[in-house]
Amino acid sequence: MTAKTLYDKIWDAHLVKQRDDGTSLIYIDRHLIHEVTSPQAFEGLRLAGRKPWRADANFATPDHNIPTTSDERRQGLEGIKDPVSKIQVTTLGDNCKEFDIFELDMNDSRQGIVHVVGPEQGATLPGMTIVCGDSHTSTHGALGALAHGIGTSEVEHVMATQCLMQKKMKNMQVRVDGQLKTGVTAKDVVLAIIGKIGTAGGTGYTIEFAGEVIRTLSIEGRMTVCNMAIEAGARAGLIAVDETTIEYIKGRPFAPSGALWSLAAASWRGLISDVDAPFDQTVVLDGAEIEPQVTWGTSPEMVASINGIIPDPAKESDETRRGSIEQALDYMGLAGGTAIQEIQLDCVFIGSCTNSRIEDLREAASIVEGKQVAESVELAMVVPGSGLVKQQAEEEGLDKIFIKAGLEWREPGCSMCLAMNADQLGDGKHCASTSNRNFEGRQGFGGRTHLVSPAMAAAAAIHGHFVDVRELL
Amino acid sequence: MRKFIIESGVVLPLDRANVDTDFIIPKQFLKSIKRSGFGVNLFDEHRYLDKGEPDADNSNRPINPDFVLNQSRYADSSILLAKDNFGCGSSREHAPWALDDYGFRAILAPSYADIFFNNCFKNGLLPIVLERDIIFQLFDEVENSTGYQLSIDLASQKITKPGGAVIGFEVDQFRKNCLLNGLDDIGLTLEDAEEIRQFEDSWRKSSPWYFTQTTT
Repeated sequence: MTAKTLYDKIWDAHLVKQRDDGTSLIYIDRHLIHEVTSPQAFEGLRLAGRKPWRADANFATPDHNIPTTSDERRQGLEGIKDPVSKIQVTTLGDNCKEFDIFELDMNDSRQGIVHVVGPEQGATLPGMTIVCGDSHTSTHGALGALAHGIGTSEVEHVMATQCLMQKKMKNMQVRVDGQLKTGVTAKDVVLAIIGKIGTAGGTGYTIEFAGEVIRTLSIEGRMTVCNMAIEAGARAGLIAVDETTIEYIKGRPFAPSGALWSLAAASWRGLISDVDAPFDQTVVLDGAEIEPQVTWGTSPEMVASINGIIPDPAKESDETRRGSIEQALDYMGLAGGTAIQEIQLDCVFIGSCTNSRIEDLREAASIVEGKQVAESVELAMVVPGSGLVKQQAEEEGLDKIFIKAGLEWREPGCSMCLAMNADQLGDGKHCASTSNRNFEGRQGFGGRTHLVSPAMAAAAAIHGHFVDVRELL
Repeated sequence: MRKFIIESGVVLPLDRANVDTDFIIPKQFLKSIKRSGFGVNLFDEHRYLDKGEPDADNSNRPINPDFVLNQSRYADSSILLAKDNFGCGSSREHAPWALDDYGFRAILAPSYADIFFNNCFKNGLLPIVLERDIIFQLFDEVENSTGYQLSIDLASQKITKPGGAVIGFEVDQFRKNCLLNGLDDIGLTLEDAEEIRQFEDSWRKSSPWYFTQTTT
């Protein structure tokens, strides 16, 4: 039998039908829903008189528009000041009721960012096909699921047919060998990967992350890596199942239990690439060489190590690349040749589906404990990824550490990662952010984003500029 | 879905690589629960000098005269000429909706981000991949000739230049057929409902742990 990659195995297991030209119908096990990309899909179902094919495969929670201050949240829906946002969140609730879809609504203690809540609830299981109208659905690949973002037309298609029409992607393996140095985290690993292969390096591929560094990461660290597969151009990132995966899932609300659990776990242990499985492309990084990373431009591939400098566009020979660097530096208000450590910060954001889980918060808290946010930093905020993450952090006293150090402790949601709610980065302000995109205007009109790990964001909050977090450990 | 058969129109050059979907349609406009009306906010942060808001009147906003979309020679353009990795970032289908609502019917670029590329086909918008050299030459020709038009014929997979020269292009045959005939994806898939049901039954038997109820 031919050796198969993990992606091949999950694809083959879900193949309903393949047409002559390779276009395939793929069965979808789990569909995650949030308020922004679903209303038009529900409306499409209504107009066509269709019902969801399998209502219980769907799982919804609002996250993008949700306010994050306690005052607003206490008021429930009334706390959403923006009437347009309020309609969107209300519409999700109405649609879920009408179509009998499970929803953790904004007042539910388990609500949060859909990519934090899915795995937390056990709605994400190894070997599943998972889709959501959100590009960061790649996050769920950390648990050995084939997960990727889709557009709203496909949201409607999945709800109506439980399938997607697709062509198979190619296989890429990104292997990170060796061991990470102290103070270097999953976020630095994925930023270094994107820096190496570029934001289009994974286009047309499913990336399997492998190697000793990936194997030794926790599930939360693996989620950080897979989350940003899309920033390397790959719709889906995957990591093979191991005992760490099985342990993480055991006992979660939607995970199988009893006799079914043993059967499932036994089956999931086979979710690994065969030893001699062929990859169309393999990329190798040495974990020991990865340093804490900071983006300086307007694309995640515009990244340097903490001890690096911003590139000089004049030294770039490729015309398109030179143009991109010039446009980025102009927007960022930075000059080529500047040391990364000299970048001054106005704002710090710790949150998003990339880095808002309990380990991220512990990592940030350990850096700020007993210290004070620099006076030059106007706003430093911590936004937990879910109600349950928030509760756990409070049980551990992390909220008190953050508040004492001068950071704001917020309610769960997507918040300033994409600034659809009131949490917006000011025009021209520089933000050390644990999120995933540094595009122009992403965190607010005219805002200037620098992507970093939670530890690096915390260190930057204390110093008012970027510092090598390893020197603080 | 609207059919795509032949499109002849003015070409607008967007000289920028890695144009992301936040650039195409900023996040505040995603609060709409409708599929239409995004055209006036296409490329909002570059097209206007102030910050746009959903449901606001755009007619009195200050225009950025340097941005290509505001130059009269490109008025009424329906073909967008772009650079590498067009449409990267978020999966928002609001990006093709905004391009379509503005009046674009086709895009020419050396490469696209996967999700955006896929979303275009669901909306009757044709994204064409051409060699980088050809794209760069088209940029030169468009910038040097006011009112530069191309004609795209999907059935024969040919683009005709003003002088009559022809560029061939590749397109997925299934998607081509859907565009030429304006086929509805969901309707097509539901023709296979029986096969989906059979697959589901056997999948439920072999992997019952994926069918636990999300109703607690």
